[in-house]
Amino acid sequence: MNLLDIVICTPLVGFLLTLFIPRSKPQWVRVFTLTVSVIAFVLSVGLATGFNSGSSNLQFVTDFIWNASPEIHYHVALDGISLWLVILSTLLTPIAILISWRSIDNRVKEFFGLLLLLEFGLVGVFAAFDLFLFYIFWEVSLVPMYFLIGIWGHDRRIYAAVKFFLYTMAGSVLMLAGIIFIYNRTGTFNYSSILDMLGSGRLSFTTGEEMFLFLAFFLAFAIKVPLFPLHTWLPDAHVEAPTAGSLMLASVMLKMGTYGLVRFCLPMFPGAARECAPWIIVLAIIGIIYGALVALVQPNMKKLVAYSSVSHLGFVVLGIFSFTQMGLDGAVYQMLNHGISTGALFIVVGFLYTRRHSLEIKDYGGVATVAPWLSTVFLITTLASIGLPTLNNFVGEFLVLQGSAQANFKWTIFASLGVILSACYMLWLYQRVFFGETPEGVRHHMPDLNLREWVAIVPLIILMAWMGTAPQTFLPPVSSATAHLLEQSKMNVPLRVHAAPAPPVIVAAEASHAR
Amino acid sequence: MPANMAPSSAEILRFLPEIILAVMGTFIMVLDPLVRGKSPKIFGHISILAMLAAIGASIFAYTNPGPAFSGMLMVDGFATFFRVLVLGVGILAVLSSYRFLDRERADTGEYHALILFSLVGQCVMVTANELIMIFIGLEISSIATYVLAGYLRDDKRANEAALKYFLLGSFATAFLLYGVAIIYGITGTTNLSAIRAVLSNTTTAPAGAVVGAAVALMFVGLAFKVSGAPFQIWAPDVYQGAPTPVTAFMSAGPKAAAFAVFLRIFMTAFETVGTGWEPLVWVSALLSMTIGNFAALVQQNIKRMLAYSSIAHAGYVLVALAARSEIGTAAAMFYLAAYAMMNVGAFAVVAHLSGKGERRLSLNDFAGLGVKQPLTAALLTIFLLSFIGVPLTGGFFGKFYIFKAALQSNLVWLTVLGLLNSAVAAYYYLRILVVMYMHEPGEATLAVEPLSFGLSAALILPAIGTFVLGIFPSALLQFADKSSIFGR
Repeated sequence: MNLLDIVICTPLVGFLLTLFIPRSKPQWVRVFTLTVSVIAFVLSVGLATGFNSGSSNLQFVTDFIWNASPEIHYHVALDGISLWLVILSTLLTPIAILISWRSIDNRVKEFFGLLLLLEFGLVGVFAAFDLFLFYIFWEVSLVPMYFLIGIWGHDRRIYAAVKFFLYTMAGSVLMLAGIIFIYNRTGTFNYSSILDMLGSGRLSFTTGEEMFLFLAFFLAFAIKVPLFPLHTWLPDAHVEAPTAGSLMLASVMLKMGTYGLVRFCLPMFPGAARECAPWIIVLAIIGIIYGALVALVQPNMKKLVAYSSVSHLGFVVLGIFSFTQMGLDGAVYQMLNHGISTGALFIVVGFLYTRRHSLEIKDYGGVATVAPWLSTVFLITTLASIGLPTLNNFVGEFLVLQGSAQANFKWTIFASLGVILSACYMLWLYQRVFFGETPEGVRHHMPDLNLREWVAIVPLIILMAWMGTAPQTFLPPVSSATAHLLEQSKMNVPLRVHAAPAPPVIVAAEASHAR
Repeated sequence: MPANMAPSSAEILRFLPEIILAVMGTFIMVLDPLVRGKSPKIFGHISILAMLAAIGASIFAYTNPGPAFSGMLMVDGFATFFRVLVLGVGILAVLSSYRFLDRERADTGEYHALILFSLVGQCVMVTANELIMIFIGLEISSIATYVLAGYLRDDKRANEAALKYFLLGSFATAFLLYGVAIIYGITGTTNLSAIRAVLSNTTTAPAGAVVGAAVALMFVGLAFKVSGAPFQIWAPDVYQGAPTPVTAFMSAGPKAAAFAVFLRIFMTAFETVGTGWEPLVWVSALLSMTIGNFAALVQQNIKRMLAYSSIAHAGYVLVALAARSEIGTAAAMFYLAAYAMMNVGAFAVVAHLSGKGERRLSLNDFAGLGVKQPLTAALLTIFLLSFIGVPLTGGFFGKFYIFKAALQSNLVWLTVLGLLNSAVAAYYYLRILVVMYMHEPGEATLAVEPLSFGLSAALILPAIGTFVLGIFPSALLQFADKSSIFGR
């Protein structure tokens, strides 16, 4: 049992123990779940320090047979991409618990317990290297989020929860069909062995099969991302969820989709992925611009942030399907950035909501004069979100745009519009909420940040600055992982190279062939 | 040769479960007038003991598997699997009946005797290796179940259910019997292995059209019994009208036994003409899934919704049959076990909540159960998640194995449509979860009594089973795999 296993199990054990805390002691539940999640976070930081960032090999591997027939392995490991997403999940869970400390007062035990169960599912999704195990964690993370939205959400919570569940379920059943198909062909669910078989030519799909499999996986991930025409569940779910739910949903769960694209669609079905890339990129660019335009006209703050997610995630998809090293690095970096800055946005919007009990922009104004610290925090978050240099999003967006420019300059031009528009809607939001007249309701109900809120938001602010100024802390493991993935996605198409690690000569030959 | 007709002791051992059940059923009938009104619970205790003894006998019989009574019965892994399954369903049904019968003031010996007789029939069905025995088993089981469906004599709905079930059921049995007759006419035998031999021998094989007619007639009869579309019309009315514990029983036990017969006949006797009947099963599977799931979407009555859901689940098992492989058979066996647990569990919750006279059966009566009785709600949640097919439950692995088998047999479209169907199904199961957890407690949940001991057992045991099948599925699957070649 290595450190990663402990990180995965801690929230599960915490969840099970929470069930035994008496219902009459809500405070115990809060303290206990916070402790558990902080422990999980501290342990996961240990993963980063123990991680060899120069290597593209899987690290912290645990692999044993869980189920004999069909052979399902409990196979968890980390590479540079999983590493940061696991840490993102463990970082945001204690924050989610902190921001729900007071605002959740009915069915406390269930709420905080489900947050831990959600953390278990999320960490598992990012660490699983067995297709079946991945699917299980994928579905397991769905159930707690369904209840979080449905029980503790706002007025239209039930509609939103059911829609969220059904959308995700509809996508994932086809992925299950794809997984079974691959298993029937290869006799294994092991991610690495499937890639080895593909690389060595022992496993090959016909063009039609590859396209079917690619689409089966892609649809599941595209719904989760969400990519443009499939995004309609997202505004509902984000708006209706309680703040902690919106936070986990936007910051981590959406990354399950983009992570899946990077992890599975690219290396396993490279031919189909390249075939479809132009279409997907068109959808991504539509998403970038459409999301931004819709965000511009939203009267509801949470909805605005939700649509901004559609726009930001478009950048991630663009980076992934540019098939360039920079684009992929940027995409992965942007996943983390979006997790931190949009998460922070949902948190500060939640702060406003707990004070004023409204999400409508028109109910606010002049908050800057009554709550200066809250305004400062919001400003920093806003600036991070619109990609101000020295803050995190700038690095990611720059890499994505650079990568897409290498592939096709036109994409960059259109995508850049999204950056400009994001400045428009975010700054305009800031202006309407924090400047101008101070309505009566705001003047008397707007205390500044308290200690608990400071504790929740400061880590994210620090990370925005850190990731914006010193990306070298975070990027090397990502780069070695994405380089490896890119290699695999090149190696399998169009020439099947029989030697496993491709020497540079072959890559060059391939590149010329690709043209 | 009368001397050879006497069964050997090994053969009697192989038939022991049925003997125990029949003797104990008769014993209860005799005991009934003696203790009636004094200690009504005794019948339940006796029948549970009888079923436990029969399970023990089934397992013991499997230590020495083989044919019995001139090859009319075949005790193999397949038969043992289904014997234990239907007996387990019987135990859970009786456990969930205690409180119900007490509440309806209907705790008599005959209820338990009928359950035991029905189980005799089911055990014969799953063991039979010959069409006449299958028919006899089916009739024993069905007739007892018809009576059980109308057990509450003063309830109009129950009467309607029983009558409908009886009339339509007789029709279906007639179809089956026609098929049996034709088969006997063209092959000269009713023994499944012998029929297989005749049909697979290309020189002596009878005309395809006649075989087709026989297979189709038997398909109709069996599809009725498993409530597969388009012969599912009776199921919603009967499931709704019958007393809830009886519904729990007959939607799991007789159905599993009928599927066992289905699998055994079609995968042994008719296996060689498989390409002929595969389209039939294919269409029926798709129709069952689609009709069941889409009709369930709009139901307000919880029993009716579960009835339609059970039609849909029959469709999933038919997918496994359409795969026409040993893997498919094993998948169907696994699925039926998982399904029996979640279904009996879900109906037990309904029985618990419905109150005297079964008045509280609408979906809204579940409002706020999550607040009033967190444990009951949590257990029902487990069953519902298993119905949906969320991982770590038995229902998930059941679906997984079925669709894996289907893909292996290149039934790509059936798989895709089936999986999409299961996403549709998620909607109506979620509705129950929504009402239970996201609505304020209503009149029904405020009046709900605490869980009785029998009901808790009838809920907790299948919940544990659902998790065991969902986390360690391979033990059961390996047994199913081993048994899926039948005794042939």
